[in-house]
Amino acid sequence: MALLQISEPGLSTLPHQHRLAVGIDLGTTNSLVATVRNGISVVLNNESGGTILPSVVRYLADGSVVVGEAAQAMQNEDAANTIVSVKRFMGRGLKDVGEINRLPYRFVGAPSSSVTPGGLPGGMVQIRTVAGVKSPVEVSAEILRVLRNSAEAALGGELVGAVITVPAYFDDAQRQATKDAARLAGLNVLRLLNEPTAAAIAYGLDNAAEGVYAVYDLGGGTFDISILRLSRGVFEVLSTNGDSALGGDDFDQRIHCWLLEKNHLSALGPRDTRLLLTHARAAKEQLTDHVETHITAMLSTGEVIDNVLTRSEFHAMSQNLVQRTLQPLRRALRDAKLDVADIKGVVMVGGATRMPQIKHAVKEFFGQMPLTNLDPDKVVALGAAIQANLLAGNRSGDDDWLLLDVIPLSLGIETMGGLVEKIIPRNSTIPTARAQEFTTFKDGQTAMSIHVVQGERELVSDCRSLAKFELRGIPAMVAGAARIRVTLQVDADGLLNVSAREMSNGVEAAITVKPSYGLSDAEITRMLQDSSQHAQDDMQARALREQQTEAEQLLEAVQHALEQDGDLLDQAGRARIETQMAALRHTLQLADHLAIKRAITALNDATVSFAQARMDKSVASVLAGKNISELEAK
Amino acid sequence: MQLASFDFQQNHFDLFGLAQSFQIDIAQLEQQYRALQTLVHPDKSAHLADAEQRLAMQRATLVNEAYQTLRNPLRRARYLLSLHGVDIQEENNTLMPPDFLMAQLEWREAVSEAQQARDGAALDVLEARLQRETRELESRLALKIDTEKNYAAAAELVRKLRFMERLAEEIHAAYDAIDN
Repeated sequence: MALLQISEPGLSTLPHQHRLAVGIDLGTTNSLVATVRNGISVVLNNESGGTILPSVVRYLADGSVVVGEAAQAMQNEDAANTIVSVKRFMGRGLKDVGEINRLPYRFVGAPSSSVTPGGLPGGMVQIRTVAGVKSPVEVSAEILRVLRNSAEAALGGELVGAVITVPAYFDDAQRQATKDAARLAGLNVLRLLNEPTAAAIAYGLDNAAEGVYAVYDLGGGTFDISILRLSRGVFEVLSTNGDSALGGDDFDQRIHCWLLEKNHLSALGPRDTRLLLTHARAAKEQLTDHVETHITAMLSTGEVIDNVLTRSEFHAMSQNLVQRTLQPLRRALRDAKLDVADIKGVVMVGGATRMPQIKHAVKEFFGQMPLTNLDPDKVVALGAAIQANLLAGNRSGDDDWLLLDVIPLSLGIETMGGLVEKIIPRNSTIPTARAQEFTTFKDGQTAMSIHVVQGERELVSDCRSLAKFELRGIPAMVAGAARIRVTLQVDADGLLNVSAREMSNGVEAAITVKPSYGLSDAEITRMLQDSSQHAQDDMQARALREQQTEAEQLLEAVQHALEQDGDLLDQAGRARIETQMAALRHTLQLADHLAIKRAITALNDATVSFAQARMDKSVASVLAGKNISELEAK
Repeated sequence: MQLASFDFQQNHFDLFGLAQSFQIDIAQLEQQYRALQTLVHPDKSAHLADAEQRLAMQRATLVNEAYQTLRNPLRRARYLLSLHGVDIQEENNTLMPPDFLMAQLEWREAVSEAQQARDGAALDVLEARLQRETRELESRLALKIDTEKNYAAAAELVRKLRFMERLAEEIHAAYDAIDN
């Protein structure tokens, strides 16, 4: 690129160089991608022209994958191979997925190959599809891959990274699974950001808000409450609480059960189960603006369902779900040592907060109308994009704000008798680290098992097991003489790293473990190979975009040079360059990166002597008025 | 505040530019904490090399730890006494005055009764009383440490405060139990 080498001293070649970064809201029901353009956060359109991508992935027998609306359209017909609400299974084992019988999937436990070096079974539930067994991480990666591609197409370049949002109440297993999915989709994760915090950023920066705010976030499958203090550009999360298995989906389930009961149905196949769930969801949405709704559907048996559901019936059957969100509210306030009266505003996030009974319950609890001046479906992605822009290094003078988030659940270590010794309490500001010393309980003991758990309960069996490993090589001593220091470090993504060290006698044995439910690097590699077809497509698409971008930059630079120094060229020289420019513009219409590359080379070749002439001219202008001795002194 | 001055070895008070005493200006601590995090937080170096990100995490971790230590009166007192080389003997010195221990037993009974009766209002009363008595102990602690420099007496107050903290945790757990 001969011409691009000439630029003003001290200026980069591309003065407006902006590092492309996005925020991704990977939701239970819908996913979105947003970016900051000209200082404003905007949700990007996907290929089908919409901004919202249904989080639905369909696997076909030939191994191909369909994501979004097209997959959603087939969810009744091909229910067993069309995965909806996969987020509910992230980092979860078979026993965690309570509604297994009510879902149209063929679940399988984790394969034995996913037993990690830590010794615990990987444990994450998997789904058997027509295209093979898929883990929730792989399914989520398909969604992220589509979002990445549409973002790169819309922005015309490769992303330097993405901020991915997670429910604030996601535990370490769920966070790690989300990060693994992003890696699998080829995304550089700048940060995992808590969804309510993302919403607070979007709301707070937009409204220059100051004071203590609550964010009530009821999504498709998760519920979060976060209490934040906003003060002079600092967003400080004071406490968070929630339920990572409570969301709009549960309201659909209630209507679904009601339909089964009303029509004396039992043991429906996958297709009819999905059909009724789809109708249940539509009915729920209808009841936001209407006092009653008609549900009509024809089952695969030919049986016709025809019911009227009133809003008051719906409210009655879902009342305890609404109540279940109030308990985390009280706990979050207590942890923040605050009272309802201290809350200046309540920001509502998530499509499920459109339900009138939710708005009513929140209003009653806080004694004030919740803030609804933002789009509850988009605010998380918009906030994530603002954070991504900052983390990518695109900061400008006026966005000097800081985010201080917390860990949602306590971290601890198993001690004698299956009890948990809490090491890092919930709502500790991250990043944080805490060390605790343990000792041997038998004479001559040379190994010690360390088991890290997450949760608030006292018994290990009631908490989530995160990592289990053995520390060997402890010098044989009398019981209680060895000192083993275990350090838990939680980074700014809320992810845990554990290390242990034997302190006495100067002997050191350190080990660092990755939580055991996460995917090992080997598993990630296998999955990447499995999706090599995708990878091929992705590489082609990426090469094309790279060449297109390079071509556009070159054309712009040559055009600029012609306007500035066109007088250095004779007519023939100018015609040669313009011919190659036209040829390059033509190849841009084609989806052939090699053709573009050839045309770029041709244009570069045609401009060599012009570039030389410009170089001479610019050197001459720098040298003008200086004598030889001055130049030699340099 | 300059980053160049960031020293992993300095004590928590120096880190925030505060005088080394039990009584501190919490507002000033908060302000300094935010100013410091604005400089060291990993979000500020997410676009830099891995080594710089790791350093940022370590710095921010230390700033968080120092802030949590100084903000909580019990942890602040413990830390101050450790700077003075005083062994508080929290784990092995259980020689508390009998009337204090009696009062502890009564507290516990009251909390568990309130929990069993699912009586939130009773818990509110107990919590308010506990806060009053905790503040009373803290002001005596300020006197012993800052004015009299009687660290042995301060150590006993710290041990008492630890009992109060455990009670606060029990009240917290009782609220949660009532919620369920």
